[in-house]
Amino acid sequence: MNTPLLFFPQGEKGIVSKIMGGRKIDKRLYEMGLNTGSEVQVIKNDAGPIIISLGGSKIALGRGLAQKIIVSQR
Amino acid sequence: MKTIALVGNPNSGKTTLFNALTGANQHVGNWPGVTVEKKEGILTFNKEKYKVVDLPGTYSLGAYSEDEMVARNFILLDRPDVVINVVDATNMERNLYLTTQLLEMGVKVIVALNMMDEAAEKNIKINMDKLSKQLGTLVVPTIASKKNGIKDLIRVSVESIKGNYSYSQKEISYGKEIDAQIEKIREVLESSSMSVQYPYQWVALKLLENDSYMNELIKDNQGSTVLNMVQESIDHIAATNMEPEFIIVDKRYEFIANIVKEAVTKPSEEVVTTSDRIDKIVTHKWFGLPIFALIMFIVYQLTFTIGEDILGEAVAGGIESLAENVGILLGNINAPEWLIAFVSEGIFGGIGAVLEFVPLIMVMYLLFGILEDSGYMARAAYVMDRIMRSLGLHGKTFISMLVGTGCNVPGIMATRTLDSKKDRMIAMLINPFISCGAKLPIYLVFIAAFFPEHGGLVLFSLYVFGFLVALLMGKIFSKTLFKGEPSYFIMELPPYRMPTVKGVLLHMWDKVSSFLKRAGTVIFTVVTILWVLSVLPYGVEPHSQASILGKIGTFIAPIFKPAGFGTWQASVGLFAGIVAKEAVIATLGMVYAGVEEGTRLVMAIQEVFTPLTAVSFMIMTLLYTPCAAVIGTIRRETNSRKWAIVTVFYTFAVGWILSVLVFQIGKLLGFS
Repeated sequence: MNTPLLFFPQGEKGIVSKIMGGRKIDKRLYEMGLNTGSEVQVIKNDAGPIIISLGGSKIALGRGLAQKIIVSQR
Repeated sequence: MKTIALVGNPNSGKTTLFNALTGANQHVGNWPGVTVEKKEGILTFNKEKYKVVDLPGTYSLGAYSEDEMVARNFILLDRPDVVINVVDATNMERNLYLTTQLLEMGVKVIVALNMMDEAAEKNIKINMDKLSKQLGTLVVPTIASKKNGIKDLIRVSVESIKGNYSYSQKEISYGKEIDAQIEKIREVLESSSMSVQYPYQWVALKLLENDSYMNELIKDNQGSTVLNMVQESIDHIAATNMEPEFIIVDKRYEFIANIVKEAVTKPSEEVVTTSDRIDKIVTHKWFGLPIFALIMFIVYQLTFTIGEDILGEAVAGGIESLAENVGILLGNINAPEWLIAFVSEGIFGGIGAVLEFVPLIMVMYLLFGILEDSGYMARAAYVMDRIMRSLGLHGKTFISMLVGTGCNVPGIMATRTLDSKKDRMIAMLINPFISCGAKLPIYLVFIAAFFPEHGGLVLFSLYVFGFLVALLMGKIFSKTLFKGEPSYFIMELPPYRMPTVKGVLLHMWDKVSSFLKRAGTVIFTVVTILWVLSVLPYGVEPHSQASILGKIGTFIAPIFKPAGFGTWQASVGLFAGIVAKEAVIATLGMVYAGVEEGTRLVMAIQEVFTPLTAVSFMIMTLLYTPCAAVIGTIRRETNSRKWAIVTVFYTFAVGWILSVLVFQIGKLLGFS
């Protein structure tokens, strides 16, 4: 099931299936290692930016952006 | 001299490794034409010297930011003899991305697989031989913070420079289709008469990646036929697949995934680390902000107690007795009267007043350095994002504000990490309200004169007040001049690390030495000019209202009357502060030095100011027009004279209005 990262509950893991942030942002995320097919885990999702774990490192993503990252639940 | 370049991701421990390689033997400057910091150092091995260049930390070598451009141009155009790629062993998937780009450039790469201790802690096992074979590069495991593996790394680098290794670095395949297009473009480039300094293969790849810099370069070289061809290739591929630039990124990751699968074994379940536990608390929805406020409060409190009460007093005493001895010495050698006066009033009264605060600045930067190196600063920006966003500002604006507490020049330059023009403009325009290190001495003199019991609290409140004014102005700007949504927030939260003593000390020395340099150059010049103005015309009572300086001050003074400090001395001080903020205290120190024999500046201030006017004066210095260096930076970074001029006047207006308000309301409430 595909859901925006924004609605992913804390602790849940998923695979990135699509990023729709616009060309520049997409490339930036890709180069940070957040590309389609990469596994992410939501560390924190309550208020403020979402924190995800990506290959062991933590990245904070604004809530607006988290809406445009589509993740499929594992 | 042979050159070694260091490249790596931010937070890969690159700077720590640089420090371990070069020791204190380093030099910080700027890359020509850009404002990216350039760090160089000298490494001595077997009596031979090597230049080590620390390139800016980047995730990639595209044309995304100036940092990336600097790094890739250095590697391709300056051709270092060997490139050390610092890779974080705990996060190879991501760090090796940069490595793939180095391989594409065809330069000799040595991988320093750093943070092996953290990898071991996380139970990550790495097969060095396999990794080295898969990449076709040399791999050296290191723990830069503990200086492990540094000798090996140096030895391997030197051997490589001497040509004792044969490299068989791997080439990355981007799939048949793209590989064929790269080949085609390369051939066209080769047969053209174009003179680009970069390898053709790499240029072809970058063109397919839609690299903005490379496109411009080819266009400027009359390469429109090449560009048309590239566009055809891109359209051709994109018709049946993704855009080539994304395919290329994917293929790089595929290449990496294969290597990692072969050479790295990771535990299936990730361990909950100490970092995770700390983060649970400091990024907490409710506790995050109070914790941040508390930490900052403690920082200022410690700065005050250690820097001022303990070290500051000692230094002040030292300067005073030095002044006395120099005075006696000059008298003994029959130096001319004016020289003795200049040395005691200008040098010791003026510059001495600034130097008394060196210990305080040292302590403050030491504490900031610890916070930064430990990884906490990124959390602070995270915690603040919610507030910033509610004001229509971007979370990273806060980082530029934090940097601004050191100096507004790097603070304004730090706004480059903001992607949208709107976010950046606002961040630059509000940065001058953030109190910089040079303004510290001003507060300290006034605090010592009127609020010695509550030093830390007053200082903390001033900083907070500066932040509040900045945020408020930011809100106003985002609602009026620069409308639109703030852009996306992306930020890495590095794991917490114990800061190294060396790293923190070097960081501190950077700041202190630039402060001292300014004291010796800019401040010295300003003080000299002001001193001359304050003893002319010839025969006038020195430092009196009748001097030229006194007349200038008297002319400006009425402006500040409503704020309670309409004296010519205060006016001249503020005036000098537009050149450099340190000059405010230097000037006051000089013009008040002659008030009464042996009276120190603090006592003179107690006589002319009241607690209320002291507060309104501090608020004025906190907010009014920034120094010339900052105005120049705004001019350069906004690329517009208009915004520089706007900054000069609107900050002055804000400072004036608020200090007048404070004084008038204070007076009504019965304070004096």
